Amino acid sequence: MSLKIIVLAKQVPDTRNVGKDAMKADGTVNRAALPAIFNPEDLNALELALQIKEENPGTTIQLLTMGPPRAADIIREGLFRGADGGYLLTDRAFAGADTLATSYALSCAIKKIGNYDIIISGRQAIDGDTAQVGPQVAEKLGIPQITYAEELIGVNSESITIKRRIEKGVETVKAKLPALITVNGTAKECRPRNAKLLLKFKHAKTVSEQINLDEDYTNIYSSRPELILNEWSTKDVDANLEECGLSGSPTKVKKIENIVFHAKESKRLGASDDEIEELIVELITNHTIG
Amino acid sequence: MNNLIVYCEIEDGVVADVSLELLTKGRSLANQLGCQLEALAIGDKIENIGSVIFPYGVDRLYILEDKRLAVYSTLPHSSILINLFKEIKPQICLMGATCIGRDLGPRVSSALHSGLTADCTALEIGEHSDNKANKKYENLLYQIRPAFGGNIVATIVNPDCRPQMATVREGVMKKEIQNENYKGETIKLDASKYVGDTDFVVDIIERHIEKSKINIKSSPIIIAGGYGVGSKDGFDLLHKFAEAINAEVGASRAAVDAGFCEKERQIGQTGVTVRPKLYIACGISGQIQHIAGMQESSMIIAINNDPNAPINNIADIVITGTIEEVLPKLIKYYKKNSK
Repeated sequence: MSLKIIVLAKQVPDTRNVGKDAMKADGTVNRAALPAIFNPEDLNALELALQIKEENPGTTIQLLTMGPPRAADIIREGLFRGADGGYLLTDRAFAGADTLATSYALSCAIKKIGNYDIIISGRQAIDGDTAQVGPQVAEKLGIPQITYAEELIGVNSESITIKRRIEKGVETVKAKLPALITVNGTAKECRPRNAKLLLKFKHAKTVSEQINLDEDYTNIYSSRPELILNEWSTKDVDANLEECGLSGSPTKVKKIENIVFHAKESKRLGASDDEIEELIVELITNHTIG
Repeated sequence: MNNLIVYCEIEDGVVADVSLELLTKGRSLANQLGCQLEALAIGDKIENIGSVIFPYGVDRLYILEDKRLAVYSTLPHSSILINLFKEIKPQICLMGATCIGRDLGPRVSSALHSGLTADCTALEIGEHSDNKANKKYENLLYQIRPAFGGNIVATIVNPDCRPQMATVREGVMKKEIQNENYKGETIKLDASKYVGDTDFVVDIIERHIEKSKINIKSSPIIIAGGYGVGSKDGFDLLHKFAEAINAEVGASRAAVDAGFCEKERQIGQTGVTVRPKLYIACGISGQIQHIAGMQESSMIIAINNDPNAPINNIADIVITGTIEEVLPKLIKYYKKNSK
């Protein structure tokens, strides 16, 4: 049984490793100071897809990502780990999209790819933490969703069974295909890059990336079309411009601020034995502890 | 009249705390807006749920009952909200930022093309002007949340689309009964008019509810560790101290992400919000998203080897030193002086 899987993945700034220079003096984010990475939970999503592929020969995995041209890295990373191909959705008209406009753009691209059985994405991206794009894409495609997936229990051509991790415990659910799954960070970690695939796909490029290459390289793309990464604009996916980017976003950012906490008059102590003992005695005496 | 509606999460006939917290907040926002507060309850055998919900000042309660609605499932609940909202056109819809609210909210917002903001830490009413379109808006919902990994705080508005939707985590808002005898109107709706049979394409095969052993929310003393604790072993020191003074151990997101500590202990915007009597922050730098979850602690002690860590600004007592140095001393002198 072969299945067609689309994995949604996002390139994100690594907000977990924010250094002191991550914020500019004017309170805006200094994106240049943050490395761009494969959104962690999207890697869990890719692993789930790879697991389905292993168990069901003939299954194919396509990655779909939206972002600036450099987000082609995401597709290459997916190819290195076992995906079969990918699509980069890139267009200035997509810029400034909130979750709704993002899910609209992704759903247009998915319809264009067509003929899918399972769509898998990470639960949420670390730069926004909204967890909204997955369910919104499912709604736009009119298919069921299973969020907070932790483990694949089984899949056949008709349905998929998934164990979900929710606050109160676990829940095993079965949905008819096609369906969209969002995967939790607690799911199985993604396998590393495969050395053979790395060699095979290291020159995989989008057309706009190929333009900047030496002529020696450009020749390989006519003989090895699998190295050409699909690059789609709003036009390629028949997107209605009014529903894309800023104009397609019902939410607007009114204000962004770097919060300055009103400094309390804190008592400052060192780590000496006397100071620590005095503090403990004080906390015990006023019944804060003990 | 366009009202404010709260989606109430119900499990085994019990309304979730987060829903009651949102009803409390919803009441005060509705007062400011001069509109009514409505609640939506979906489930099975919940005809008496009003006795729990009305005391929070609810003017109108919609109840939909069906055997198949006893346990939450995405599509049936989405259909109910989508179809009902098309009829009653609420101006604001609030729901918990729980596994349910975060599954349901986006689905509904997508179908209604309305804006949704996740994990808000504050909700206010205010005006907004769009200078480009030369438009002024009154009485919008300000949806305030840390963003970008907690490095900034953003105020989001939905000027044109309705309802304005927001999710809020449990514990962020305060739960407060308005009036034990408050009586609103109950409207029972025929579930079959809102849910179709095709909405039941996802079967729940098995549910296994695990009682969480970790309960940091109700602990009067919390010792929380950050990335600066450095390792799992470092957290053992926190656990030792916690055991000695009968406290719970919490963690920042960075520490959880680094694998030092279980996710259930995460404090902050995407974790739990706590208000203990004493909060001891160990090796926590103090990103906004963490501070959002603990700033209302009565007393804060910060232990950090960086004298300029942002957390020090909100701490009552700052101890400058390493965790390895300070914690064993705290344990030692507690043991010495507590008897």
